[in-house]
Amino acid sequence: MPDAPILQVTDLSVEYAAERQDVRAVDSVSLWVGKGEFVGVVGESGCGKSTLLFAIAQLLSPPASIVAGSVSFNGQNLVTMTEKQLNVLRWRDYSVVMQSAMNALNPVISIGAQFRDALQAHGRFSAADIADRSGEVLALVGIDRVHLKSYPHQLSGGMRQRAMIAMALLFTPDLVIMDEPTSALDVVAQRSLMGQIRELQRTLGFAVLFVTHDMSLVSHYSDQLLVMYAGQVVEIGLTRTVFDTPAHPYSRGLLDAFPSVRGERRRLTGIPGSPPSLGRPPSGCRFHERCPVAEAECTTEQPELYPVGEVASRCLLNRPPAVKG
Amino acid sequence: MSAEPPAGGEGVSSQERPGPLLEATGLTKHFKVGGNLARKTLHAVDDVDLVINPREIVALVGESGSGKSTVARLLARVYMPTRGEIRYRGQSLASMRSRRQSMRYRSDVPMVFQDPFSSLNPAYPVSHGINRGLILHRPELSRPQRRAEAIRVVETVGLRPAAHILDRFPYELSGGQRQRIGFAQALAYRPTVILADEPVSMLDVSIRIGLLNVMADLREQEDVSFLYITHDIASARYVSDRLLVMYAGHIVESGPTEEVLAAPKHPYTQLLLSAVPDPRAGIADGPIDKGEPPRVVDPLPGCRFRRRCPLAIDACSTVSPALRELSPGHSAACHVAR
Repeated sequence: MPDAPILQVTDLSVEYAAERQDVRAVDSVSLWVGKGEFVGVVGESGCGKSTLLFAIAQLLSPPASIVAGSVSFNGQNLVTMTEKQLNVLRWRDYSVVMQSAMNALNPVISIGAQFRDALQAHGRFSAADIADRSGEVLALVGIDRVHLKSYPHQLSGGMRQRAMIAMALLFTPDLVIMDEPTSALDVVAQRSLMGQIRELQRTLGFAVLFVTHDMSLVSHYSDQLLVMYAGQVVEIGLTRTVFDTPAHPYSRGLLDAFPSVRGERRRLTGIPGSPPSLGRPPSGCRFHERCPVAEAECTTEQPELYPVGEVASRCLLNRPPAVKG
Repeated sequence: MSAEPPAGGEGVSSQERPGPLLEATGLTKHFKVGGNLARKTLHAVDDVDLVINPREIVALVGESGSGKSTVARLLARVYMPTRGEIRYRGQSLASMRSRRQSMRYRSDVPMVFQDPFSSLNPAYPVSHGINRGLILHRPELSRPQRRAEAIRVVETVGLRPAAHILDRFPYELSGGQRQRIGFAQALAYRPTVILADEPVSMLDVSIRIGLLNVMADLREQEDVSFLYITHDIASARYVSDRLLVMYAGHIVESGPTEEVLAAPKHPYTQLLLSAVPDPRAGIADGPIDKGEPPRVVDPLPGCRFRRRCPLAIDACSTVSPALRELSPGHSAACHVAR
């Protein structure tokens, strides 16, 4: 990594309290985000990717709680901080953009008033300053400042999502955490928003942690990629490397599940079966039931993340020979 | 594809020339919006012509709000058209007035819905929905015959062991399995055309392909045609023979899928294609279009794409372009496209 990471997550585990047995939705995940870096987290629904992101942003509410690990942000451990301490950092040092902008924005107050709330949480600003800064960030995402007076329902889906991003940039934070910000958008609006996020990131220098189920979406934008399956990281590495030479069978399967608009038209197979329940994860490798190259050992032996070239993969087939037997 | 699909479905029609199964001409649906005093009209679908031939998979692609689901609902007789005609095997739907004719049409042209979590009754095992359809549409079957037929359709959509699956409740099945049940229900009617409205968009990416393969297999093995409605042009390419691109209530381009994708004529199709993320290809830093939706409430005359169009000329703001055939079977509604 280029600089010291601004975000360092170490062995983070999250459990949902349940009647019989607690459900471990995030199992010992480690990741780091460098200054100005774009890190993508991909996985299917229920793989724990959104829970991971909420845990990092300290937004979990019961029955979910962090049971182990640390989240070090600019050298401070967020996990042990109080709400009061966190409120100083929120919006200012890191911000979160939620999946559905319609639900994340307050429908009964104007966009400008919501921006004002966020600004006033961190100090006293004159009305003129607030208007200036709000107009400025809206302009950054390509929305005319007249919309400060608009209510969320008066904006299109794409505009609402861009307004959310503008709000996240009010203080030019070091890190913007995004939970599928484009999944409700049409492909053209999605493409435009992704390009815009990348552009803003280049000019303002913030880092992005981006969660999505759409692997092809992040392929062009992220520096580092994490592939999650059943609560665990199964592959982590440079995005281009993971795409060009996926090491884990699940990453290969995911990549092969996307039909392409270009190139030869061929029959794809996808991945058989469906993702496991996190309440009772399969024994051994969690992917073995759906894995095309599973061996007998995979049903009992739990793989760790093994280095494979420039990436790390949680697959027994990638285990270095020295460790074997 | 297991077999190379005939381009434009003409492999079948040129041999025997059976007319189209389903044909719509000038199909239009307007909704009144904004209360009685405002009197605004939302033009959901305007002047759509479409044809579905036997054993053909036609994909209807468009962004949200383009009117593609309204087209499906018009074809399924959920909505009555404001103008225009739909013919099934040459007979106008408007003339099918008796219950018998109407039932016959519904069993021949069933619909599969987007959300497999709300389209199955949670209080009954999955056999219930299939049985009800069989009792209603194929009353000649005895109880054991119905069971045998239910097992056959469930196996056809790739769920095994079928007898076991039939006794499951919807909550015991995964999203992909539930959507397969949706297809099995439709299949039990012995349909000729299945209207599939975004059947895979709610499913996880790893299992979408499986469902698309079910559609391709049903065409091969059961001779079913499909209208596949989607916003995902890559999946449309994967299964379809012919592609219709919809924008703001109009069909702006139609033609054999591979031809449309290789040489898109309409600027909207070009924009759509350039926006599709493709991990196997590099990214082209094209002009950034914000993707703002067009106005379909009381639209003014002229091309509805003109405000976003890089090629717009004066005529585009006064005259609505009609679909013109630019090469055999390949048409676009654009004044400029050649």
